[in-house]
Amino acid sequence: MPLSKAEWLALEKKADQLRRLTLDTTHWAGSGHIGGGMSALDVMTVLYHKYMKIDVKNPQWEDRDRFILSKGHVAIAYAPLLCDYGFNDPEMLKTFNLTNSKMGMHLDSNKIVGVDASTGSLGHGMSIAVGTALAARVRGKDYKTYVLLGDGECDEGSNWEAAMTAAHYKVTNMISFVDRNRCMIDGKTEDVMKLEPFADKWRAFGFIVKEIDGNNIKEICEAIDFALENKTDSPVMIICNTKKGCGIDFMEDDYTWHYGSLDDDTYEKAKVCLQKTYEKRIARVEKEAE
Amino acid sequence: MAGGLTYTAVDSTSLSTAEIYGQALVQLGEQHPEVVALTADLAKSTKIGEFQKKFPDRFFNVGIAEQNMFGVAAGMARAGLVPFLSTFSQFASFRSGDQLHTDLCYQNVNAKVIATHSGTSFGQAGSTHHAICDLALVRSIPNLTVICPADGVETFNAVMAAYNTPGPFYIRINRGFDRVLYKDTEYGFELGKAVTVHEGTDITVIATGSCVFQAYQAAEFLDKNDGLKVRVLDMHTIKPIDKEAILKAVMDTRRIITVEDHNIIGGLGSAVAEVMCEAGKGCAFKRLGHPDQFAPIGLHEDIMSIVGIDCNGIINAVRDTMKMDFEEDDNWDDEV
Repeated sequence: MPLSKAEWLALEKKADQLRRLTLDTTHWAGSGHIGGGMSALDVMTVLYHKYMKIDVKNPQWEDRDRFILSKGHVAIAYAPLLCDYGFNDPEMLKTFNLTNSKMGMHLDSNKIVGVDASTGSLGHGMSIAVGTALAARVRGKDYKTYVLLGDGECDEGSNWEAAMTAAHYKVTNMISFVDRNRCMIDGKTEDVMKLEPFADKWRAFGFIVKEIDGNNIKEICEAIDFALENKTDSPVMIICNTKKGCGIDFMEDDYTWHYGSLDDDTYEKAKVCLQKTYEKRIARVEKEAE
Repeated sequence: MAGGLTYTAVDSTSLSTAEIYGQALVQLGEQHPEVVALTADLAKSTKIGEFQKKFPDRFFNVGIAEQNMFGVAAGMARAGLVPFLSTFSQFASFRSGDQLHTDLCYQNVNAKVIATHSGTSFGQAGSTHHAICDLALVRSIPNLTVICPADGVETFNAVMAAYNTPGPFYIRINRGFDRVLYKDTEYGFELGKAVTVHEGTDITVIATGSCVFQAYQAAEFLDKNDGLKVRVLDMHTIKPIDKEAILKAVMDTRRIITVEDHNIIGGLGSAVAEVMCEAGKGCAFKRLGHPDQFAPIGLHEDIMSIVGIDCNGIINAVRDTMKMDFEEDDNWDDEV
């Protein structure tokens, strides 16, 4: 599915809108995992608004594509996306993290419509995704399962158990992403627990690896197209090199924004940053779009 | 029972408990295309090889990776399959506890855990492979039904009940052969309802798993030799526990002993104590089980004897408990 200029512009607009809604949600909640939310948003926007076959009127449609947010703590960005998509009332975002809200830091698949798995405990998502993908095989269905991991999350050994299973059972109807923002709670990933050579690790576990700029919508689309056209027996892993806090310059690449609080001044400053980011991105589309 | 096939005592003397599970799984597989089986390199030990042969496309060996197996099963269940996943009890509970808690139980998926080699039934393997703490863990996870069948026949009933009841299950079975308690499957097995396997009015022994047969033998012996009428309850469902049967036993016999191949902390004994205390009912009470110590290495029956959860241990505990004067004892000096 080649990306037209109009589509690219529309996706940039949607990503900008969702960044603003994520910022608002963080502000309403007072704090949140905004850094990782912003780094992961472009991939999630592209999946939901260009690729995934889902039906907002029939959220449990058996043949729908699945999305497993393994880095479940970025619900602060995923919840706005699901509300904006129409699965849940956007007013719920104003209750994020509040006592008795259905919507908290990690989304409950039995409470929030459109969530395919209750994640939050790290290192679980890829196993669940392998399960939904194998279920498609057993039941003769052609839906795809997309799974998004955090890079810090890849310290968890269970991911590599899942990776082996995916390769062994040739689970090519699962397409995987890692949000490689190089930050985790206690510091940079390479300082806390070295992941490099990261792509080689995935290759060694039997994956075809694409490395892209994960905050570039065109590159994300090209990588997903590549994965969808994959005719080999090996599953595809798309390593998305991203910036933590992408779009808000004072948060970018700063691991202390893994989880941050927003006072009114910081919120206003962040909004100005997002406007500048959007303008830059649109200018880039105008320049690069065919 | 659902399914039509029934098992008899003859079958369960020629088949190990896990083999009966394996056959029950094949039967379910033949009837229900959504049933799949998962293992973590223990297809042989957990006796699901027949399912693998018959339904190779619905059988998944994920290698020695229990955490992953639970996650994969959860994903399958969310997508409409009914996974039966089996591994040793110790790994089904502690090794993959987070996935059991979150992926299976928090999501409340329709997946069935068959936890084999429970208690000290893999006695010679030592404490790395004994599971004497699992009930304490799994009993505290919401949405999970926990069953500990007394023998192979009851295992068949438990597996069928698990299939017929939506939600996550943890069925804890032994390695090898169990002593035969039930002559066939038609004895009225019902989830959450204890089976009275021996009537009695003097004292009640509430047992689970392999200890039920031992308690039954003890009751027969005490009837003949001591003239004691011992009620024996097979408390196969640890959660939800049969409060009614427990409180009836308190009212009828005023003396209760619990027996389990598990630590005395957190398992059947604790569950029974919780029910009695919350009801405000006093009762002479003793918990038999592993006394908060790792068990020695040895044959299952030897370990049960050493720990005092076999027939002799139960006989001794009944005799001791019968001597307890609890109702009219105003002297607290010996208790406090």
